[in-house]
Amino acid sequence: MDILRIATAGSVDDGKSTLIGRLLYETNSITKDKIEALESASKRKGLDFLDLSLLTDGLIAEREQGITIDVAHIYFSTPTRKYIIADTPGHVEYTRNMVTGASNAKVSLILVDARQGLVEQTARHLSIAALLRIPKVIICVNKMDLVQYDQAKFEAIKASLTSLVAQTTFEGQAVSFLPISSLFGQNITQAADKMPWYQGNTLLGELEAFEFAESLAHAPARFPVQWVIRPKTEEYHDYRGYAGKISSGTFRVGDVIRALPTGQESTIASIEKFGEPLDHAVAGDSVVITLTTDVDISRGNSLVLASDAQAPQLKDFAAHICWLDHQALSPGKTYLLKHGVNLTKAKISQITERLDVVAQTSSQNVDSLKLNEIGGIQLRTAQPIMADVYAQNPSNGAFILIDEFSNSTVGVGFVK
Amino acid sequence: MTNSTIKDKIGQFPRKLEDESIYIMREVAAQFERPALLFSGGKDSITLVRLAQKAFFPGKIPFPLVHIDTGHNFPETIEFRDWLAKETGAELIVRYVQDSINQGKAKEETGKYASRNVLQTVTLLDTIEEFKFDACIGGARRDEEKARAKERIFSVRDDFGQWDAKRQRPELFDMLNGRIAVGENVRVFPISNWTELDVWNYIKEEKMEIPSIYFSHQRQVIERDGMLWADSEYLNKEADEIPFEATVRFRTVGDMTCTAAVESDAVEIDVIIEEILSAEISERGARIDDKRSEAAMEKRKQQGYF
Ligand SMILES: Nc1nc2c(ncn2[C@@H]2O[C@H](COP(=O)(O)OP(=O)(O)OP(=O)(O)O)[C@@H](O)[C@H]2O)c(=O)[nH]1
Ligand SMILES: [Mg+2]
Repeated sequence: MDILRIATAGSVDDGKSTLIGRLLYETNSITKDKIEALESASKRKGLDFLDLSLLTDGLIAEREQGITIDVAHIYFSTPTRKYIIADTPGHVEYTRNMVTGASNAKVSLILVDARQGLVEQTARHLSIAALLRIPKVIICVNKMDLVQYDQAKFEAIKASLTSLVAQTTFEGQAVSFLPISSLFGQNITQAADKMPWYQGNTLLGELEAFEFAESLAHAPARFPVQWVIRPKTEEYHDYRGYAGKISSGTFRVGDVIRALPTGQESTIASIEKFGEPLDHAVAGDSVVITLTTDVDISRGNSLVLASDAQAPQLKDFAAHICWLDHQALSPGKTYLLKHGVNLTKAKISQITERLDVVAQTSSQNVDSLKLNEIGGIQLRTAQPIMADVYAQNPSNGAFILIDEFSNSTVGVGFVK
Repeated sequence: MTNSTIKDKIGQFPRKLEDESIYIMREVAAQFERPALLFSGGKDSITLVRLAQKAFFPGKIPFPLVHIDTGHNFPETIEFRDWLAKETGAELIVRYVQDSINQGKAKEETGKYASRNVLQTVTLLDTIEEFKFDACIGGARRDEEKARAKERIFSVRDDFGQWDAKRQRPELFDMLNGRIAVGENVRVFPISNWTELDVWNYIKEEKMEIPSIYFSHQRQVIERDGMLWADSEYLNKEADEIPFEATVRFRTVGDMTCTAAVESDAVEIDVIIEEILSAEISERGARIDDKRSEAAMEKRKQQGYF
């Protein structure tokens, strides 16, 4: 059974939470007691209908203000798939929560209010979806009921977005448009009887039909060591196992590997999962690898195939960055950089550009990046990191920056 | 849902979930000096123990299991706890809510709905302080409850164990930032993305042992608010609440005073999974502690509850 991760996006009040509530409601994924709780919460708010946004807007402050503040994760499954949905906030102030929800998504549902069409958040979220290299974007034109389900209106919005989409998208990303009404359940799981002019898939139909490469088994082999297992018991006296989750590619017993950054080579003696021997393991598998020889390897080191002469060791490199902290990014300051499980110090030597998400242009000569801004930076690290170019191998190309004093996660970067 | 789709979902555990949870277990061991696994005796924490075993095999689980004993646990749960600790060779630490009450730090609730669920937070925070735990692994899942749906996997708590929903750190991809200041600690939720069904399917696929009260048995119960409550010396009964025998099992295991039973003949795990799939009530619907108010869970989390 595979897992498909989805994240919502779009401006505040566009109906993201209502859409997710509706999707769960129509797939019978909400139990009776939860529906009753929604009914009474809706009544308490003075509404005469079932407010499905309350399914994910679970915090007291969210219910008071009628907005989403932080990501909610919610689940449903069909006979073929388990879906993990991140319902994210639309308000620009909470963009970092939106990025949190979107970072693992394979599908981004970007909502647009049919009355308003393209707004700044549409552009920002399309840019973020591109930055994260989310392979599928469904632009859901919501609240079609408020424009009398007018086809011309839908087509006009679609046309107005074409050039923006052309600018943000990348090869391999599929972008589609869908007219919906979350409130009245049009085109969510059932064909829209109010929009006979629309012949395409419903939202659920689109999701069920989406094929994605579940594993990055063919990307270069990367194994970051998380933990060294040394039981030191009678039975496992000399046992030394390297535990970790393969970030990309495939490893096989007998493969000659190289440990980075030391460069020492050895051969894979076994790959194990809870004692069960495997002949190979692929991206996403949490395994233990043992080697034929004793090599000095510790947490934060990586294993790659010895034949892979290109395996990167970056110390001075360029990256895209999305800034997530109230305190602006300032060049010259030292941060902690976390790439996978590896932690090292890093200095931003230069901010090379700032992206204007609406105009899709960038300005140079920038001296800071503020909360929620996207830009380009050049950085230097204390220890080399074994990171790939994000666009080529997303599972090994992203990193976070941590403020040494507040310990907050202040930025997310993507190796250029 | 039709019967054929119900059958389809039995034993369909998405294996990727296990890989992700094992990864989180290892991050905890590597990033913290004194982690602990909060063990309640319920199916979720039993699942955590299995994941921890897998993460470090053939090594031992590198952190203790900590049980906050409310004194109102089902005897079957306690028996199971002791068996599991022995079986896995893990260190077991038990601390008692009764001690917090005796020390005057917690006050027993009164009335017919009295339970020790809220009180255990006091004992938990004291235990964290006593052992200087910097990370506590818990079995909470996001599908359980609407405030839990908002939790990060690494959830930073202040000196008082409090959760601040508005100050949560961004959590990107699978990179977990466990850096904290002195006095702060982190609650870690490795099975955040599992649903109740995933847990049951996992228990089935892994052929895991679980406490007997999850299966159908005879028990003295009373009926209250349309639910069946286990009769025990801890339950404050009213005069007209006469215990009777029923064939029941528990879907979720908390204290005897705040967990409702369901009528069931299910003695096999497949039947339990079928019952869950066709149930009209969610798992938490059987937790009387959640029914206190619309935001009961969020408020308890603000106070340091896990
Ligand atoms: N008429 C109409 N109203 C809708 C529709 N979808 C949502 N709404 C209403 O729009 C308002 C905002 O809906 P939410 O679902 O909370 O919007 P959101 O996008 O989640 O908002 P944030 O998360 O705060 O960014 C609510 O009053 C909904 O009832 C729709 O299809 N038609
Ligand atoms: Mg919302």
